[in-house]
Amino acid sequence: MFLLKQKSTLPGFNLALGYTVFYLSLIVLIPLSMLFLKTSTMGWGAFFEVITSPRTLAAYRLSFGASFVAGLVNVVFGFLIAWVLARYRFPGKKIVDALVDFPLALPTAVAGIALTSIYSQNGWLGKYLYAVGIETAYSPLGITLALVFIGLPFVVRTIEPVLQELDGELEDAAVSLGANRWQIFTKVIFPTLIPPLITGFALAFARCIGEYGSVIFIAGNMPGKTEIAPLLIMTKLEQYDYAGATAIAVVMLLVSFAMLGVINYLQWVSSKRIGMN
Amino acid sequence: MAVHLRSEPVWVRWTLIGMALAFLGLFIFLPLSMVFITGLNKGIAVYFKSINNPDALSAIRLTLITALVAVPLNLIFGVAASWAIAKFDFYGKSFLTTLIDLPLSVSPVISGLIYVLMFGAQGPFGTWLRDHGIKIIFAPPAIILATIFVTFPMVARELIPVMKAQGNDEEEAALTLGASGFQTFWRVTLPNIKWGLLYGVILCNARAMGEFGAVSVVSGHIRGQTNTLPLHIEILYNEYNFTAAFAAASLLAMLALVTLFAKSLVEYRYRAELKAALRLENHG
Amino acid sequence: MRKLILIVLTLFVLGTGAPQVFAAKQKVLLNVSYDPTRELYEEYNKAFIKHWQELSGETLEINQSHGGSGKQARAVIDGLDADIVTLALAYDIDSIVEKSGLLPAAWQQKLPHNSSPYTSTIVLLVRKGNPKNIKDWDDLAKPGINVITPNPKTSGGARWNYLAAWGYALKKWSNDEAKAQDFLRAIFRNVSILDSGARGSTTTFVERGIGDVLISWENEAYLAVNELGKDKFEIIIPSVSILAEPPVAVVERNASRHGTLKAAEEYLNYLYSDEGQEIAAKNYYRPRNEAIAQKYADQFQPISLFTIDELLGGWQKAQKTHFADKGTFDQIYGN
Repeated sequence: MFLLKQKSTLPGFNLALGYTVFYLSLIVLIPLSMLFLKTSTMGWGAFFEVITSPRTLAAYRLSFGASFVAGLVNVVFGFLIAWVLARYRFPGKKIVDALVDFPLALPTAVAGIALTSIYSQNGWLGKYLYAVGIETAYSPLGITLALVFIGLPFVVRTIEPVLQELDGELEDAAVSLGANRWQIFTKVIFPTLIPPLITGFALAFARCIGEYGSVIFIAGNMPGKTEIAPLLIMTKLEQYDYAGATAIAVVMLLVSFAMLGVINYLQWVSSKRIGMN
Repeated sequence: MAVHLRSEPVWVRWTLIGMALAFLGLFIFLPLSMVFITGLNKGIAVYFKSINNPDALSAIRLTLITALVAVPLNLIFGVAASWAIAKFDFYGKSFLTTLIDLPLSVSPVISGLIYVLMFGAQGPFGTWLRDHGIKIIFAPPAIILATIFVTFPMVARELIPVMKAQGNDEEEAALTLGASGFQTFWRVTLPNIKWGLLYGVILCNARAMGEFGAVSVVSGHIRGQTNTLPLHIEILYNEYNFTAAFAAASLLAMLALVTLFAKSLVEYRYRAELKAALRLENHG
Repeated sequence: MRKLILIVLTLFVLGTGAPQVFAAKQKVLLNVSYDPTRELYEEYNKAFIKHWQELSGETLEINQSHGGSGKQARAVIDGLDADIVTLALAYDIDSIVEKSGLLPAAWQQKLPHNSSPYTSTIVLLVRKGNPKNIKDWDDLAKPGINVITPNPKTSGGARWNYLAAWGYALKKWSNDEAKAQDFLRAIFRNVSILDSGARGSTTTFVERGIGDVLISWENEAYLAVNELGKDKFEIIIPSVSILAEPPVAVVERNASRHGTLKAAEEYLNYLYSDEGQEIAAKNYYRPRNEAIAQKYADQFQPISLFTIDELLGGWQKAQKTHFADKGTFDQIYGN
């Protein structure tokens, strides 16, 4: 299936690819195939009934919707942070740069508990937000906040390197042609950043769809309102309905796969572009 | 330096910096300090007591063992995969890359569930495993497997772009001079990618030690036996032992911080490497 | 290639095998239990290890696993090697029987009192001084009352909560199920957070300060009051509630395989002994033993109780009508 396009002088292709496929199958593909196997025991009719029931649809809507909004927030602020980190100098910049990856490294359950403590009615921030009538914890807003936390590093870390590698000569040329800062930003800098922005968004989005640990504490878990799709999987499991659980999971998996396909395509496009430059 | 000549007016710069810092403060710094303040709010003695007890120590041990197995395995895989993907051109490459990335976006609940379906008593191997007294699910092997799954692409993701950027010229030169395949890899490729490799390992390790969802599904929650540190934290929290829970959590947060500083150290050198490589590619 | 596979396998075996090799060859019991029993079994295990030592001369090691009742049952079905299960409801043990056959279908007849050595009931926890003046189930359905209870779909305790209110409603409207369902709909309209487990709900109510009333196990309510603030909460005993009978059973096939059947059986029998009953009472579970119940009389206020068999004819039926997909709970939430 994986044939070399042209003969290479480098050795080890068969070994490296063989091992890659072997390990990939062992750890990822064979276990994941269990999902499809289990789902196939229920038949198409039951499958569609599960994945199109109002409650499932509401959960998908919430999971995808909150992930989408969180992704957008992260694109805006992630871009800002990456910009500041890549182009400006200020005291404590190294520390700030390191902190960006904190959400990747913090256990999700801890993140969930900490965020709930902060945003609930008697929390550090929650009490002020509550006082002005904004309900954060236990609402879709709270879920989105948790997902913003989870997704942030993905966006920052995809944009930052591109910003750093940005060719200064283009900007110089633009300046010498009399362009002002805003024109340079919108016409010269921003277009190059569109692919990494989309990539970052997609990565954060894909990660957020399935997020469980940090969201479950802050979600409120009300059916149809604040119930996320991974929780619905848990609910199905609780009723020993394994096939129903895997049916919901399969849909999420396919969306993730499609999402990643798009990401890799975009990365391929953007790398082609850099290559041309 | 050229950047500064082309930079925005001072007030724009500082407004942007201020906005970025405010956002980070709200989303990163606040939760971080929350963890430490709650963990320490009954004093340093309680803090150390809650970390230095048999259950916590056994959780720490299991967490370390898990990372110690999972990270090297994913490292070996990462090197093999990136060698194949970065150095060769073959059909189906993009598809393979997508498959490698897949675990990153699978819900942790599902990452655990697939191993339950596979090795659980109701799964295809269930009876056989039970008859032979082999424990996989609800025992350390499943915890390790689930951890390998969630951290699967982390090293490969870091290595592929670095290796791609390095190109094949140096390796080809070494081979022409009569070096063997493995010699070429050890002497030429590895030194070129070592910082990228380390960066990947550090991220992979942080995620391996902190994974909660997937591990929770396959652990069985047996006290002192199959609890990792994140699971131990959940238990403490459920026992209304909030101080101890956050004390243990602060251990992981500390680990995260140490990791991050190690990482930015590595990154500093790795960027130089990447930059040099890019320059080589563009002008060479 | 072969070398690589070898390295991989060695690493894996080393990492996974090591802890098991070093574990001592001691007799080990694994008790798989639900969430609120942590404190109870921590104390009981110590007492039983001593008792078993005197009885047989063996030193026993007892491991505990806690989690949501249904989740724990599922783990046992999927191969968690429990010798003993002590869960929140008989339905969960029935499921283990049905799905895995690890213990006989007649497990509930093996021990006295439906194999429930202790009982509990469902009570209401309110804030100090009872500012919303909550006296009984009726008050939970009033507009403007914020009720906290976990999700019956994922929590065994929540199912007891739901059925307690259901039983009250049936009594009040003399078995009119439509009225009872309206009543529960009104209560759940007042619920803004459905945590996935009983402990989660308690934390929400106690730590986050959310809600006017928490529907809770009696033992959980006492624990919350005593551990987290005697001066902050009050327990309200409703006019009528359900007799919650958390069952226990030996997972016979597992225990036989481990050679721990005798110890496991004695572990459950000893729960009915004076010492076992006393430990249960101390941890706020209502003991079956009359004498010990007398001793703790001021802790357990008298309350009019109905059983699940009287109410619905057992857990199988309760699960099917109320908590399965499209059951009354789902109807409340509109699907």
